Amino acid sequence: MIPLSWYLVLAAGLFIIGMVAFLIRRNVIMMLISLELMLNAVNIMLIAASHYLQDIRGQILAFFVMAGAAAGVAIGLALLIAAFRNKETAHMDEYTLLKG
Amino acid sequence: MLPEIFFSYFACAILGLALLTVTRRNLVHSVLWMLLLFLHIACLYLFLNAEFLAVIQVIVYAGAILVLFLFLVMLLNLREEHEARRFVHAWQGRVAVCLLILTVVVVSLHKVSVQPTGGYTIDFINQTGHTKVLGTALFNQYVLPFLMTALVLFVPMVAAIVIAMKERKR
Repeated sequence: MIPLSWYLVLAAGLFIIGMVAFLIRRNVIMMLISLELMLNAVNIMLIAASHYLQDIRGQILAFFVMAGAAAGVAIGLALLIAAFRNKETAHMDEYTLLKG
Repeated sequence: MLPEIFFSYFACAILGLALLTVTRRNLVHSVLWMLLLFLHIACLYLFLNAEFLAVIQVIVYAGAILVLFLFLVMLLNLREEHEARRFVHAWQGRVAVCLLILTVVVVSLHKVSVQPTGGYTIDFINQTGHTKVLGTALFNQYVLPFLMTALVLFVPMVAAIVIAMKERKR
């Protein structure tokens, strides 16, 4: 039987990879992709904990996280299309319209 | 011994594929590596005795979200991406801070162990079927959050259409 901590460390590693990519990549699509990686890390953690606690609630929560991720990525991509129409770039550090 | 080998393979593959996903210059390559990553994560769910969630992972993530990303990459036609810088200025500091956080988390998590407390044992789930167990819990105890999920999915649908629609000339 694999200990629970292995799964938790794996999920932490995946989450940090997503977080680093979210912070350092310039492309907005890449940032959304790394957001998905982070949500997947959370899902791994929830399902592993649910399995080891023999409790179904973690899996229910993971189900809702998946629905939330789908909704979030739809909104994010729509916003990206709207932003791309105003400024012909997908680079986050060039969106400076709110700068005074 | 065998479970450890399986888990080690999947852990290494997941971390390696995640690194490949976030470092590619070409976004299409990155999305395709992410497809492989999601399939490995689905296998990990199978390993955790959660068949229904593994199937949902493949259908929702690999089937819907990745296709959305691929469509967007092709729609936006990012030609200048191949010459542009991939990373922001001063990314080394951010990586260092994140690695520090990772160290703290790993040190605090690597000895965690829990005692099973709930009634959903592996035998019970195998006997009843995972989908049935999940559905019973979802439609009895958690029916209100489930109905709210419908709203959570409906509002972004409308919002995405409104945001992405071209404004008409008056």
